[in-house]
Amino acid sequence: MSHDLLDLAVTAKDFQSLSVIKNVRFGIDPGEIVSLVGPSGCGKSTLLRIIAGLDTSYRGNVRINGKPPHLHSRDVGLIFQEPRLLPWLTVAENVAFELGRKGRHDPYVTQLLAEVGLGDFATAYPKQLSGGMAQRVAIARGLFSQPALLLLDEPFSAVDAFTRRRLQDLLLSVAGHHGTTLLLVTHDVSEAVYLSDRVIALAERPGRISGQVIVDAERPRDRRNPTLVRREAEVLTLLNDGTNGFFDLSYDLASAPRPWHATRLSSLNFAV
Amino acid sequence: MTEASIPASAAIAATSRYDVRGLIRRTHGLLVPGILVIIWEAVVRAGWVSAHLLPPPSELVTTLADLAGNGTLIGHIGVSSLRVLIGFCIGAGLAVAVGAAVGLSRRTEALLDPTFQALRAIPSLAWVPLLLLWLGIDEAPKITLIAIGAFFPVYLNFVAGIQNVDRKLVEVGGIYGLTGYRLIARIFLPAALPNLFTGLRTGLSLSWMFLVAAELIAATRGLGYLLTDGRETGRADLVIVAIIVLALLGKTSDSLLRWLEDRLLGWRDVHDSGPS
Repeated sequence: MSHDLLDLAVTAKDFQSLSVIKNVRFGIDPGEIVSLVGPSGCGKSTLLRIIAGLDTSYRGNVRINGKPPHLHSRDVGLIFQEPRLLPWLTVAENVAFELGRKGRHDPYVTQLLAEVGLGDFATAYPKQLSGGMAQRVAIARGLFSQPALLLLDEPFSAVDAFTRRRLQDLLLSVAGHHGTTLLLVTHDVSEAVYLSDRVIALAERPGRISGQVIVDAERPRDRRNPTLVRREAEVLTLLNDGTNGFFDLSYDLASAPRPWHATRLSSLNFAV
Repeated sequence: MTEASIPASAAIAATSRYDVRGLIRRTHGLLVPGILVIIWEAVVRAGWVSAHLLPPPSELVTTLADLAGNGTLIGHIGVSSLRVLIGFCIGAGLAVAVGAAVGLSRRTEALLDPTFQALRAIPSLAWVPLLLLWLGIDEAPKITLIAIGAFFPVYLNFVAGIQNVDRKLVEVGGIYGLTGYRLIARIFLPAALPNLFTGLRTGLSLSWMFLVAAELIAATRGLGYLLTDGRETGRADLVIVAIIVLALLGKTSDSLLRWLEDRLLGWRDVHDSGPS
C-alpha cells in the first residue's frame, strides 16, 4: 500500500544487542490523525525519532513526501513530552526560534499565539508560564514552520487531566485549521481514540504492530460517544494480545516463596 | 491580582505615614559601622590607643580630602583600575576562548584540561618571581599576574556551564538543523551564561586581590603603592585610606557586573528573595 505523506517500513532497529523494532510498516495520508499506542519499550518514541531524523541507525525505508527523513525538514515538526522551551528566549522568540531573534516580530507568531490563547504573553519568559501554557507555546512553535506532518511524543502526559482535555481540543482545532497531519505517540488509550482517525497498537520486545483500529466517529466528537468507548475497548484488546483478560500476578505471587517467616525463639539454638 | 495589590498599597501607605521608621529600616545596615566609628574616635581621643597606630576617623577624612584635593588619589585609582581592567579583560577573554574549546569538544578537553588543572594547582602568587624575572618590573608582570588570577575562575565555571547544558535543549537545536557555530551561539552560550557570570564575578574579585599583590611588590603608582608608601613612612592613615578605597572599588566593579548579570539573565527561574 502506498501513502502520500508518510511511508514507513522499518525492518529492524537494534539498540546494542537488543532488538527494539522489528518489521513495522505503516503509512499516513495527508490530513489524517494517527496515534501509536503501546507499552513502554515498544519503540514508539524511537519511531518518531526516526521520522524526525534524530535517529538514523535503523534498517528499512522511510519516505516523507517521497524524501528520506532529515533534520530541519520543512515537512516535519516535532513536539516533545516536555515543552522544551529555551528559558532565555521570550515566548514569541521561542515560537519563531527557526528564524532567530528577528523572528519575534513575524506576524505569524502573533497569529499562532492568539490561536493557542496566549496573545498577551508574547514578551513573557517561560518561567512565567504554567505547564499547560508552556505546552501551548510548544504547539505554536511546532506549527510555526508550517509542517505537513506534526509529530507529538506523549505531548500531554506531563499536565493534569483537566488541562490535558483542553489541550487535546486545542490541538484538534489548531491542526484542523492549518490542515496539519498529526502522528501522536501516547500511553493514554482514551486520548488516542478521542483524537485519532486511526490508532495503531504496538506490542513490545521487539516492537511490532499488533493491529490497528479505525475510529469512525464523527467530528467534532463527544467524549461520551459510545462508538469511542467501543473503539477504546478494541484497542485495549489489541494491547492485551487479543484477550480481554487483565494482567494477573496472583498465581505467580501465590507460588513464590514467602519473603519472611515468623521465627519462634524456642526453635533457636544458642549453644555454641 | 487584587489579593497581591492589597499588601503592596498598605506598605506604601505605611512608609509615607511613618516616614522616619521607614528611613531607619532602610538604613539600619549602617547602624553597626556608625557606632563602631564613634567608639573608634572616642577611644583614640581618650588616648587609650596611639593615634599613630590607629588614626581616628576624623584624621582619615582629612587625609582622604588631602589626597583627593591634590589629585594624587585619582591618579592612583586610575592606574590601579586600568591595570585591573586590562588584566581582567585579557584573562577572562582567554578563559572564555579556551573554556569554549574545552567545553564543546571532548578531544580538546582530553588534550588541554589536564594541563590547566595542573597549572591551577600552582598558588598564583608563586608566579611572581618568575614573572619579575621574565618581564621585568614594568606593567607587563602586573597585568600578567592579574590575568592569571582572572583566568581560572572564569575558565572553570564556563567549562562546567557548557558541559551541564541540558541535552534536551541541545536536541531542540538539532531539530531546527543547528550545527557547529550556530548551535554554539544559540544554545550553548546562552545556556552557559549564568555560570560564566559566576566565573566573571569571582575572577574580578581575584583580579583586585592580585593587583594589590603585584603593586605591593614593585610599583611607583597605584593603590598598592599607597599601601607600601604608608607602611614605609609610618603613616597608618594612608594605609587605611588605601584599604577603604580598594574596598569601594571592588564593591563598585562587582555591582557593575551584577547589574549586567541581572539585565542579561532576567530569564532565569531562580528563587528571588525580593527587595530587602
